[in-house]
Amino acid sequence: MTSRRALAIRLAAFIILAALGSSTRLGVAAEPFIVVASTTSTEQSGLFQYLLPVFTRASGIKVRVVAVGTGQALKIGERGDCDVVFVHDEPSELKFIANGFGVDRREVMYNDFVLVGPESDPARVDGSHDIVAAFKKIAAAEAPFVSRGDDSGTDKAEKRLWAEAGIDVKASSGRWYRDTGSGMGPTLNTAAAMNAYTLSDRGTWLSFKNRQELKIVVEGDKRLFNQYGVMLVNPAKHPTVKRDLGLKFIDWLTSSEGQETIAAYKIDGNQLFFPNYRKPQS
Amino acid sequence: MHDIAEALNLATGLVAALDPNLGRIVVLSLAVSLTAVVAASVIGLPAGAALAVFRFRFRAGAVIAVNALLGLPPVVVGLAVYLLLSRPGPLGPLGLLFTPTAMILAQTVLVAPIVTALVHRAVEELWREYGDALLADGASRLRAIPLLLSIGRASLVTAFLSGFGRAISEVGAIIVVGGNIANVTRTMTTTIALETSKGEIALALALGIVLIGISLAVSATTFTVKRYVGYA
Repeated sequence: MTSRRALAIRLAAFIILAALGSSTRLGVAAEPFIVVASTTSTEQSGLFQYLLPVFTRASGIKVRVVAVGTGQALKIGERGDCDVVFVHDEPSELKFIANGFGVDRREVMYNDFVLVGPESDPARVDGSHDIVAAFKKIAAAEAPFVSRGDDSGTDKAEKRLWAEAGIDVKASSGRWYRDTGSGMGPTLNTAAAMNAYTLSDRGTWLSFKNRQELKIVVEGDKRLFNQYGVMLVNPAKHPTVKRDLGLKFIDWLTSSEGQETIAAYKIDGNQLFFPNYRKPQS
Repeated sequence: MHDIAEALNLATGLVAALDPNLGRIVVLSLAVSLTAVVAASVIGLPAGAALAVFRFRFRAGAVIAVNALLGLPPVVVGLAVYLLLSRPGPLGPLGLLFTPTAMILAQTVLVAPIVTALVHRAVEELWREYGDALLADGASRLRAIPLLLSIGRASLVTAFLSGFGRAISEVGAIIVVGGNIANVTRTMTTTIALETSKGEIALALALGIVLIGISLAVSATTFTVKRYVGYA
């Protein structure tokens, strides 16, 4: 009995030590790294998975990406919990800079939003290049529309378009307008399941696998332009920010090598993001 | 039906190929959850036993509180630990946010009430049975605790397993404090959440199947240990 118990105790001790040992090993990273708060569109479209290893090879710096909505990413930056913010909503980015939370904002790349909807197209908007007119038709037909509702860059763009169409979607919330409060992928999953319309960034749409009856119905309106900006969290406000490493990442993204790497990322031959960094004229 | 069949295929493929990415994710998940359960047991074993054995003023209140904490939503625990570890928070200077340590901390908070409540329940019964005899023999209540825990060790295994089940399966807390960073804080459950987001339903389900397999293995191991320590 005692030997059996001793064996069991030894086994339990071994498991515990192994768990503790491996967790400390995983927790301590020897190589330099930065934390980047970014959006679900850059992560879920696969861009980072393609881009970051190239940067790490060139610089020796690892990049830890926390992928959330633009609103939340800026909040993480405000609290000083990351070094770099890489998002897509110009008005809130400029506010972030103006409030002193970030410095050195640069425009890195763009893609565009697309309106996706069911094959059956109940609002008859397919093929249109006027997104505001399409939104009006969807509201008039009371066709189901799924919204991110998570204060992300896409969500903010969508809300601006509804305002431009002069439609108060809050009044229709819960009826044809469904606010899911979730990321782009889950929102597309919901739209696919309900045969609803939704606004998506092209990158996430191209890499999305569970499309079912959904397809692009409206694209090519200049109001669907989607600019991505990168900025350093203000080291004067948060001394823990890794200023030098963060700037190296921003410099690389806006270097010719970084810009070419962004342009080279394709899914089935489709380019997802278009680099458009311009050196400031001084 | 097609998706489920594809998921089964994928799951078999992932395991058969010893996919290194999957391996890393599984090791991290196990390391985080096992460490959290061990830490929660260090708190929960003495706390649960003390609740059963000692008589003090707010005992009933403490028991009610521990039982209520069983229903803690993981995302709330995640938010609380996030605020604790965030730079402006009380533990902010340690820089632990978005690390495996943060995930261990969150899961420990989540699991400690489970271990405490189950240990309390087990020891309470034993105390009713042996308490008077122990006290009459001259043992103090404090001395009685290790004795009672040793008698009730079979139920401690149940407490450990319940805690582990809660930890390994939750996603709400660790996705908030860990950030689901690839190769750093990406576990089985956060990967499943991510793959679902990408519309990779079959792959997400395949990972779920692997997770069930791992839970089975842990349960079987514990069952074996229990047979040795409990009934030998």
